[in-house]
Amino acid sequence: MRPMLKLSVGPILYLWERGAVLRFYESLCEAPVDIVYLGEVVCSKRRLLQKEEWQSVAGMLRSAGKQVVISTLALIEAESELATLARIAESADTLVEANDYACVEYLAGHPFVAGPHLNVYNEATLNLLARHGAQRWVAPVELPLAIVAALAELRPPNLQVEMFAYGRLPLAFSARCFTARSQRRAKDDCEFICAAHPDGTTVYTRDGQPFLTLNGIQTQSAATQNLLPHLPKLRNAGVDVLRLSPQSRDFPEIVQAFRAAVLGDSSATLPSSFLPGGYCDGYLDGAAGIAHAANERPTLPASRALPAAAAASS
Amino acid sequence: MQVEPSSRVELVCPAGSLPALRAAVDHGADAVYIGFRGETNARNFPGLNFSIDDAATGIEHAHLSGARVFIALNVYPMPKSWAAATAAVDAAVTVGADALILADPGLMKYAREHHPRLRLHLSVQGSATNWRAIEFYRRQFGIQRAVLPRVLSATQVERLIGRTPVEIEIFGFGSLCVMVEGRCALSSYATGHSPNMQGVCSPAQAVRWEETPEGRQSRLNGVLIDRYAPGEAAGYPTLCKGRFRVNDDVFHALEEPTALNALDVLPRLIAAGIRAVKVEGRQRSPAYVAQVTRVMRRALDHCLDGTSAAVPPTVTDALDHLAEGRTHTLGAYHRPWQ
Repeated sequence: MRPMLKLSVGPILYLWERGAVLRFYESLCEAPVDIVYLGEVVCSKRRLLQKEEWQSVAGMLRSAGKQVVISTLALIEAESELATLARIAESADTLVEANDYACVEYLAGHPFVAGPHLNVYNEATLNLLARHGAQRWVAPVELPLAIVAALAELRPPNLQVEMFAYGRLPLAFSARCFTARSQRRAKDDCEFICAAHPDGTTVYTRDGQPFLTLNGIQTQSAATQNLLPHLPKLRNAGVDVLRLSPQSRDFPEIVQAFRAAVLGDSSATLPSSFLPGGYCDGYLDGAAGIAHAANERPTLPASRALPAAAAASS
Repeated sequence: MQVEPSSRVELVCPAGSLPALRAAVDHGADAVYIGFRGETNARNFPGLNFSIDDAATGIEHAHLSGARVFIALNVYPMPKSWAAATAAVDAAVTVGADALILADPGLMKYAREHHPRLRLHLSVQGSATNWRAIEFYRRQFGIQRAVLPRVLSATQVERLIGRTPVEIEIFGFGSLCVMVEGRCALSSYATGHSPNMQGVCSPAQAVRWEETPEGRQSRLNGVLIDRYAPGEAAGYPTLCKGRFRVNDDVFHALEEPTALNALDVLPRLIAAGIRAVKVEGRQRSPAYVAQVTRVMRRALDHCLDGTSAAVPPTVTDALDHLAEGRTHTLGAYHRPWQ
């Protein structure tokens, strides 16, 4: 029998104010999650917490029995960003999630988590990273479950597979800060206006469909990917860890629902999302990520793209 | 017959067909990059790209003119397409490609192990935006060149060149990706098909045009990308170049439909030590390739002559006529938005 699915909490992808960050991690100490990812993935200018505060949060979570992982930037351009990366990689007492091959280069030979932005689509690349020390692989968000299952089947021994199970999907990165741009500000003069948007800024089509989310240099989906209804399929595919991506509201309820489903409660459901865009799960079956097949089409054939407009109305 | 790489800065031009390859070679390209038909490269468009026979013919033509041919195999193959991907690597070697342009580490490992003397270039789809990432590919697979994503400033390119022994190729002209190439799933989010998986972005089969009382509209798999007033020029609905609403503003929320033109920073980047300038556009016509190659050849020769630094305005004007939206930007090389 497969071991029980573990729950992880992904890194906070937004700029939250310090008090909110500390309260969030304090609440996780009591929450039924196994792994907590800390650190900054999106913007090197953001400082959710000071270095010492991160260390004390990590200590607090470890004392509560959680595995702590430090996530790292997905887009690294400046020498200062490389220097920060090197410092994180060298403080080898904590597991690090690599989201750029610069990080893999720094970490070579040490255990690490291969993050969702490393572009692992096949066995050869997965094996390569495992030989470099990857202990866990977070699948790219666009990878269909059938491919994740194929790779999980072929994986090297002791490599865990993690999937992005809940949250607005991280879809793209740019040098430009789209949040600053939307407020007609220069990037260097941003005054951290993204802090006013704890779940990002929703982008609508001109006919009113919530489509994307601006989060600094990152673009996310507007819809929230929710794989809760698919837990048996994920387990059968060989997935070990489900990632829940932090959002500003309802997070304890989301964790509890996933926990109940992991324990076998097939009736576990989530409240409707407070964010515009509703839920989506199209990537799972190789369709458009924006599609939401769970309710109306439980047996969507693989590789068939649902019309997104139909998905949005569901 | 192999052609030795030029010690000068190379002009690398696109070709989606044999006539386009001939146009590039005959108008002054030092190298041409091509792809095979199907889902092995990031310009997987209907009717585009090379059969193995066409590639062999094209390479022969290029070599006779002293030009090199690079074959792009720059998607991230999945288990079901792995055999096709490795077969394409082998075929590229058989037809005499001067280099392979790869993005996937697993495929790079295969190419290095099976073809130890083959030149490997890291594709822009490999998302290497810093020298440390390039160092990973150099140490693991011995890459000789890296193509930089279109997100770095000119200063960052200069600093990166100072830290790596790997040849650096930059984009000089053509369509602009505002996202880090290889790290963008916007297309698959809307359509199920992406550059990384299928070699397509905002694919044509997902595009629908509508005439409505509000104006002409373009949709991508049902999602409204843009709406045009009567008489307004309409562009291809590439997802990131649509107009959307953020708060109360309707605008190009991610990027304007404009072309990248790096001529203004070319002298500076040449001085910094770039080894090649790339022109985007394997999907473009042979006539376009001929025109862009001719103008870029003139611009590059002007810079390499060293008599005066700036590229003449006539050259820039000529390129603007070929540019998407008939306008250009320096993109990230110069960052007015920084």
